[in-house]
Amino acid sequence: MNTAPLVLGGARLLLDPSGALFWPEESLLVVADLHLEKGTAFDRHGLILPPWDSVETLAALEDAIERHAPARLLALGDSFHDAGGWARLDRVLKARLLAIAARIETVWLSGNHDPEPDPELPGHRATIASRGPFVFRHEASADRTGEQIEISGHFHPKARMRLRGQLIARACFITDERRLILPAFGAYTGGLDVSDPTIAGLFPRGTTIFMRGRHNIYRFERAAA
Amino acid sequence: MTLPALFSTWFTANGWHPYPHQIEMAALARKGQSALLIAPTGGGKTLAGFLPSLIELSETPPEQRRGIHTVYISPLKALTADIARTLSRPVAEMDLPVRIESRTGDTSAAARARQRAAPPDILLTTPESLALMLSWPDSPALFGNMRAVVIDEIHALYGTKRGDHLALCLARLSRLAPQARRTGLSATIADPATVAAFLAPGGEARRVRLVQARAGAPPDVRTLIPSGMADSEDWYLPWAGHMGVNAAQAVLSRIRAAGMSIVFVNTRAQAELIFQALWRINDETLPIALHHGSLEIEQRSRVETAMAEGKLRAIVATASLDLGIDWAGVDQILQIGAPKSVSRLMQRIGRANHRLDEPSRALLVPASRFEVLECEAARQAVAAGDLDGPAPRPGGLDVLAQHVLGMACAAPFTADVLYAEITSAGPYAALARADFDDVLAYVEHGGYALRAYDRHRRLVIDSLGQYWVRNEQVVRQYRMNIGTIVEAPMLRIRLRGGPVLGEVEEYFANQLTEGDSFVFGGEQLVFLGIRDMAIEVARGSGDRPKIPVYGGSWMAITSNLARRVRALLHDKRAWPTLPDPVREWLAAQARRSELPGEGGLLVETFPRHGHWHLVAYTFEGRNAHQTLGLLLTRRLERAGCGPLGFVATDYVIACWCLREPTDIAELFSEDMLGEDLDDWMAESSLLRRTFRNVAIIAGLVDRDLPSRRKTGRQITVSTDLLYDVLRKHQPDHILLRATWADAASGLTDLSRIAAMLRRAREGLVHRRLDHISPLAVPIMLEMGRERVGGMAEDELLAEAEMLMAEAIAPATNEPLPDTGHSGYRSRERRRPPADRTAGGRADRANRS
Repeated sequence: MNTAPLVLGGARLLLDPSGALFWPEESLLVVADLHLEKGTAFDRHGLILPPWDSVETLAALEDAIERHAPARLLALGDSFHDAGGWARLDRVLKARLLAIAARIETVWLSGNHDPEPDPELPGHRATIASRGPFVFRHEASADRTGEQIEISGHFHPKARMRLRGQLIARACFITDERRLILPAFGAYTGGLDVSDPTIAGLFPRGTTIFMRGRHNIYRFERAAA
Repeated sequence: MTLPALFSTWFTANGWHPYPHQIEMAALARKGQSALLIAPTGGGKTLAGFLPSLIELSETPPEQRRGIHTVYISPLKALTADIARTLSRPVAEMDLPVRIESRTGDTSAAARARQRAAPPDILLTTPESLALMLSWPDSPALFGNMRAVVIDEIHALYGTKRGDHLALCLARLSRLAPQARRTGLSATIADPATVAAFLAPGGEARRVRLVQARAGAPPDVRTLIPSGMADSEDWYLPWAGHMGVNAAQAVLSRIRAAGMSIVFVNTRAQAELIFQALWRINDETLPIALHHGSLEIEQRSRVETAMAEGKLRAIVATASLDLGIDWAGVDQILQIGAPKSVSRLMQRIGRANHRLDEPSRALLVPASRFEVLECEAARQAVAAGDLDGPAPRPGGLDVLAQHVLGMACAAPFTADVLYAEITSAGPYAALARADFDDVLAYVEHGGYALRAYDRHRRLVIDSLGQYWVRNEQVVRQYRMNIGTIVEAPMLRIRLRGGPVLGEVEEYFANQLTEGDSFVFGGEQLVFLGIRDMAIEVARGSGDRPKIPVYGGSWMAITSNLARRVRALLHDKRAWPTLPDPVREWLAAQARRSELPGEGGLLVETFPRHGHWHLVAYTFEGRNAHQTLGLLLTRRLERAGCGPLGFVATDYVIACWCLREPTDIAELFSEDMLGEDLDDWMAESSLLRRTFRNVAIIAGLVDRDLPSRRKTGRQITVSTDLLYDVLRKHQPDHILLRATWADAASGLTDLSRIAAMLRRAREGLVHRRLDHISPLAVPIMLEMGRERVGGMAEDELLAEAEMLMAEAIAPATNEPLPDTGHSGYRSRERRRPPADRTAGGRADRANRS
């Protein structure tokens, strides 16, 4: 895995192809939108997602932790797909999540899918977090006049490029000097195109996007709409 | 044998004599002998198939009949209606007490209910409707007294999954009615023995008698060779391409000179282009229509009716008209673009002229130089009667899974008895018991990786070891998903505030943005948006219309025809039939490099525009080449050559690299199908598409849920996930095995890559040239125009990132011109030279 560096507010951040963000100076790993147990949530509605999404998401998280060895873990909300997610989580997976929280100081921000995380979920909860030049929250705020640079998730941004006739769609990080939105970390997550006004409107002066590859991050500049 | 008096009188009264093969078929039927009849178009084939049944029925009073006497199976619904009309004449004229009815997906519910209560004597149906009827618990009563089953156009079913499905249904019919004989009918069969084995009970060809009718007049096939005169209506001969638009003027004059023509093309996109090109110059407004599988059914049947009534001068058509109702009045067929398959060409030629003793006329219109060679090779193959049939292949496990569930719907079974029945079907004669058990386990509970999921449990076992279908919902689901034809995900095209015009592949629709224009149904349309599961469009024009792209519709050149093209290239004695520009082109190749041999493999490498190019004359067809390109670029990457991309046609593949590839023998060594293939399998979107089809056929996912229609995209997304899950957690799942089996042919065509690698081992010739060779010119012209289908997405992204960075190398804060492609552009790059790596990823901290 090759990370891509991003300097934001004077801090040197590393963007990981898994979709995670690592801040070496603070030994902080940030992930957004795990959507754990999305598969089982859908199955109850008669859809047919296979049952392995939580396994994969958790394995990817463990892998990212293995590679970056963070002291702190921050999840930017929508960590579970719905309120019953923690209860449905497989016993073995619960144990693995507990093991992570026991080793690493873990903070769960609340998201629109999980406004009130299950009390059994190990770690701290918050709706907003602040560290250094950054403010962390689930969904980007429309108004960005404050001093702090905002890091958020929620939108599952993805970018599409037409290359040699192929349309390639990938989850991506999207940023300007005022804010950074993380891609969804979860295994079964769709996405919203970065050209959608909901996202594009947050970046009136153009953006840099970092598309997730299998082993690399690919960087492109995007002009303002 | 002589025909019964009633029948011989009828023939005489009409002024006919029965053909010898019609008499022979009747004699064989008397003995209960199964038979395969090969008779040319216009040779009384249909009557030969039905005559024995009509005779038997004329001798059996209606009160002595119980159930269906004869089942007729056709690959086309439309054909069953046509046959019903054809048969009604002898039945009426001889006043035979025979009831003939057709039963297809289009049959009304009332008619279906009546047929079930009071079955007709002769039932005309399709393989899918037959499978449905065989899943009824009362199927033994319906078919138990059947005497004959007739399979029409059997060559269109043999060797396909539909054929596998049909063979399984025939095995069940034989169990219900062991006394029934089987009859196969066809006009064009490459290898009668293999088709006989397919038709025969137990797969034993000797149990089927082959009846060969006298051949009709040999067809008159010509190639339209350009005059090369700039002021003539002929076009000049292009170096590259396969659309043949340049030939429009010449084609129009051939249409004008004949009464009625069918203009066959190879893809829907090409049909659209040719139709437009013809109408652009059609000053006399000759009635020329368009027919392809994406047009609305009503539109298609209007065209067919107009054709039948003789109101049209020409139809531009795709494979949608390869099979179908005979139109007596067609004077000639034109094939624009190389024919790709001799058998398909024969089938198409057979659509012209149904008088047995006059030659059918066909004109081949090559679109480029290589295609001239292919047309010439095809012409020679037609003259030699050298058809290309599908290679015998074992029946698909996905099809078997569907059938097993269907049999459970009919009645509970034990594994041993069903296994014995299945292996009596030709394509499954060699099925291992272990494979059967795996399929049965999959149908029972979905297989190891999926057994936790309730929805995949479809069978239950009782204490006697009998398998029962689990509940009514499973039965309902089975009946809604019968069949092996899986359509690519399609979206309807709707005119804003107007009617639906047809469908395009969702893949194409996803590439459109508002304001894009494209050609469909002969009209230029502007894309407005997607609403209510349909593409909304308006009539109008843009600057450069895109053309609908239909991924699945490309037929690769067959091995047989490709072998003939290689032989033609190699054999200078055959060249005099070729036009001058082509001859000169080949002679130049012989001087500057060399001509590809009949066996072996010629590979050229040469520098051009700062890159090294590798061109391999593989002739294995576009599908195999797409896969090969991906495998080759992986190897070039490992060899440190820095491959940038590849492009493939039916004949040639070319890769371009940053550095010179040197060890060509190593590059084409046979272990290419080892580890590289594994990597490729994980990524290939084609394999995912193959898996999707397998998953739908095997009933893992539904085409339609009872409650709502799923879009193709929803299915694709969920089958992609299932594919990854199974690969990871149960790599030997039978649906993955079925997917690998399919990968040997079709869109990935791995078996042909294996054949090419064997040739390379026998004789690889590497020519290192100073510059491009004449034979490489066409493929170089394709570069940049053709989509690089197989290339890994990540490599494309890396390439784009690097190219954009290179294009705007010096750091600058000035506004930059947009690169126009996607709204993205690369800004200044800080790229410390010391860090620069081959992949151009210097700005990443390497942490792995």
